[in-house]
Amino acid sequence: MSALLHAEGIWKAFGDKPVLEGVDLALDTHEVVALIGASGSGKSTLLRCLGLLEPIDDGQIFLGDEDISDPRVNANRVRSRLGMVFQSYNLFPHLSVLDNVTLALRVVRRLPRREADSRGRELLDRVGLADKAREHPDRLSGGQQQRVAIARALATEPELLLFDEITSALDPELVGEVLELVRALAEDGATILMATHEMSFARDVAHRVVFLDAGRIVEQGTPAEVFGAPREARTREFLTRFMA
Amino acid sequence: MTTHQPSALELERRSYRRRRSQRSVLVAIASTLAFAALVWVTVINTEGWAKVQESFFDPAIALKSLPRVWDGFLLNLQVLGLSIVTVAVVALAIALLRTLRGPVFFPLRALATVYTDIFRGLPLIIVLYLVGFGLPTILNTRIPPVLLGTIAFTLTYSAYVAEVIRAGIEAVHPSQRLAARALGLGYVQTLRRVVLPQALRKMTPPLMNDFVSMQKDVGLVSILGAMDAIAMAKSEVSLTYNFTPYVVAGLLFVLLAIPTIRLTDWYAARLREREQTGSVL
Repeated sequence: MSALLHAEGIWKAFGDKPVLEGVDLALDTHEVVALIGASGSGKSTLLRCLGLLEPIDDGQIFLGDEDISDPRVNANRVRSRLGMVFQSYNLFPHLSVLDNVTLALRVVRRLPRREADSRGRELLDRVGLADKAREHPDRLSGGQQQRVAIARALATEPELLLFDEITSALDPELVGEVLELVRALAEDGATILMATHEMSFARDVAHRVVFLDAGRIVEQGTPAEVFGAPREARTREFLTRFMA
Repeated sequence: MTTHQPSALELERRSYRRRRSQRSVLVAIASTLAFAALVWVTVINTEGWAKVQESFFDPAIALKSLPRVWDGFLLNLQVLGLSIVTVAVVALAIALLRTLRGPVFFPLRALATVYTDIFRGLPLIIVLYLVGFGLPTILNTRIPPVLLGTIAFTLTYSAYVAEVIRAGIEAVHPSQRLAARALGLGYVQTLRRVVLPQALRKMTPPLMNDFVSMQKDVGLVSILGAMDAIAMAKSEVSLTYNFTPYVVAGLLFVLLAIPTIRLTDWYAARLREREQTGSVL
């Protein structure tokens, strides 16, 4: 088993409302997987469970060979190997852009300030925001904030990036700059699992598309297979509603 | 399908978590007992402990002084009850004055600002003296100390509480006002239906704090000659030369404060729960 991430039989309920009902999912290194599905289908919850931000009710998650769903593992250590970007950015409003990016480097990786700052500036340069380093997040546009959030997630050189509908809160004209960045990351060989409503982007960039419906994976395959010739009725129904 | 039979692995993980939390409880109990024993042994072996116990914690004297101290305590409660109502009204009025916009209201705004500045800075005891002894002198009548105390507490605490309310109102994001006005709600309607309910949530912890603070400050009415818990305790002390009655009075105030403090914690926890979905790490 060479998968970087391997989840098996993930169950999750909030109260008595089931959200995930036995999800199996595997990602190889350098693979870009798009997670599609209607609102409430469990995409966000699945990402949060995989990122150990939400405890699962059953099943197993392996990162490499390690069972990270075991309560005996140090979840903080695992989380620092993953990079998560949220729909509403979740930047820290009391920190400058640069400090947002370097926080984990300084506090978790214990890098000296000078080193963390130079690494942070490189990352900001990469997302095209080097000139905003000293600004505070609230003064940036949504697209800029989300690019900062991506830089923040990249800071610790995570093995896997989890993107939770990162363009859903953005104005249409700001979506492009964020997706361009994701495309560049994918071309550089990052491993990405992204929940998204951007179907054309998923078709262009993802190696594999996974369709989640009511807490189950109904269908998955290459973008050509899923978008071009969906096998399941529910996938077809979802796609016609979405592409219309 | 809503019921899911957990796998053996999940059951093992649950039992591991259960064992962990049981162990945590046991460790907590053991450490508490050990700590309590340590404190106890240290205290009773401290030189002079016998004397401390005798003059501060004499059970017989405590029991004997309790009825009178309790009677006095009822007077404190009376002052507290009256003050809560008057502070609520006055503080809200002042806070609203401070948030009024427009040049016409400048004098009112300024007056409210000056008021909060002065009464937050002025020591409560000076306000008590000025009101408690000054007011009857000016009016040349006898005024019951309960009333005088209530006036003094209202003057001081309204200033604090008004600031808490104002901060709460201003902490509600301006977009909320915009949304309410866009729906056609007027200034007062917006305030009452949208701004204040949200502000109240933000204000509750600091308000509770002021409330606890006021609960014990009502003990200061004793300096106006009111026969409250502290004055009663003082008179008991002067009879016996034993300080236990003060401890009894103090204990009553602590017991009064504890429910409020717990209530504050509970309320804060409930707000956190309601505003947060999913788990908190």
